[in-house]
Amino acid sequence: MRRVVVTGLGLVTPLGADVETTWKNILASKSGAGPITKFDASDQKCQIACEVKPADHEYGFDPNKRVDHKIQRQVDPFIIFGIDAAGQAIEDAGLEDMDEATKLRAGCSIGSGIGGLPGIESESLVLANRGPSRVSPHFVHGRLINLISGQVSIKYGLKGPNHAVVTACSTGAHSIGDAARMIRDDDADIMLAGGAESTICPIGIAGFAQARALNCSYNDRPEEASRPYDRDRDGFVMGEGAGVVVLEEYEHAKARGAKIYAEVIGYGLSGDAYHVTAPDPEMDGAFRSMSAALKKAGLTPADIDYINAHGTSTMADTIELGAVRRLFGDAMDNVSMSSTKSAIGHLLGGAGAVEAIFCILAMRDQIVPPTLNLDNPDEGCEGVDLVPKVARKREVRAVLNNSFGFGGTNASLIMRKID
Amino acid sequence: MSDTADRVKKIVVEHLGVEADKVTEEASFIDDLGADSLDIVELVMAFEEEFGVEIPDDAAEKISTVSDAIKYIEENKG
Repeated sequence: MRRVVVTGLGLVTPLGADVETTWKNILASKSGAGPITKFDASDQKCQIACEVKPADHEYGFDPNKRVDHKIQRQVDPFIIFGIDAAGQAIEDAGLEDMDEATKLRAGCSIGSGIGGLPGIESESLVLANRGPSRVSPHFVHGRLINLISGQVSIKYGLKGPNHAVVTACSTGAHSIGDAARMIRDDDADIMLAGGAESTICPIGIAGFAQARALNCSYNDRPEEASRPYDRDRDGFVMGEGAGVVVLEEYEHAKARGAKIYAEVIGYGLSGDAYHVTAPDPEMDGAFRSMSAALKKAGLTPADIDYINAHGTSTMADTIELGAVRRLFGDAMDNVSMSSTKSAIGHLLGGAGAVEAIFCILAMRDQIVPPTLNLDNPDEGCEGVDLVPKVARKREVRAVLNNSFGFGGTNASLIMRKID
Repeated sequence: MSDTADRVKKIVVEHLGVEADKVTEEASFIDDLGADSLDIVELVMAFEEEFGVEIPDDAAEKISTVSDAIKYIEENKG
């Protein structure tokens, strides 16, 4: 069977415009949260977010590095983040100069949960206030979810599968899992896979706040707002950014002497069939998704050293934990489980991919990232190592990454270290 | 150089992200400045805004160089 490995990483997050800066800040227990600066949020219930920082910030993002000026003007920020993260991953994998035969076997699977909401919002106002003849000719393709994959494929000449997942907050994990299967099924040798999101705009914040999903009670203490598993948690903090990996067929990677970070060995998917926003209280969908990934990986729970939880800082945290406990049984004693959403917020469609990269870095550096703000673990968290507040060195051989989305969609990825 | 020409060139530089010295009056939007047909639609909208002129589709289709744009605007602005 064709094996799939990770040979390149790219990140744009509220804690850095590249992989190493983000990771260093994650391990230093920094928070990317702050008051919303992108628009005047004074009339919103929620006034905080984890924004990607501007170029002049210590770890800000400069879109001019990898995205043409003309494209920046035409597309929504999630596409800009996605193109940049994909470029980083290609450079990290040493694939800037692919020959034509390689390009024919290289594809993209970079999705988003929502897509170009800020641009839909602003262009709707143009339509309402100034009429249809003022709507931008770039409106549609500057907002479409599959246009990260489209733009990246055009920029780098990738002629293999051109795919984009839309499964809300499990998009990033599904994108990587689907792309791994495309390589395994011999559709491609190389896939750029991941997700991006940028919906910190008036209608995005208002919409999630009205759905009672966002934290609205820590506006005066933004860095303490994302607090997964803590008894005082009160909803997620919106993040933005992108995570993209280069997936590659193992022999292909070996033959060109590529640096191999990890192997993707398990992918599980399931549906809750329960409610549009609330998780099944029994978390049976999450249980089945994790079980399926474990089975595909040929591992037992005792083989997993680290879980990057979905853990959004909502009531669902402890429900997920219950499903993990049910699956892991006695192996709970060994595993560390944390939520990096405590530091960078919830990147929605980007979350699964960004968190998969954190899992890979945990294996590379043999250290697990912390769950910030975990002052008082909620009922149900007893006896579980949630890595409170501070990163910790430990053996990390294999990792499990969970992502769940509105609509009752679940994805679990398992990766292992290759020596 | 006329004021209209300056303002047209400034819009072209901003929208197409090209160097100012490449935006000569003879330059073709598509052949020399890397625009596609949608970029021209957008440029025409920007000219309409800037100069308060209306450029109907049949006239817009005939605008292929910087000087075509300047000429049309000079002749039709109020």
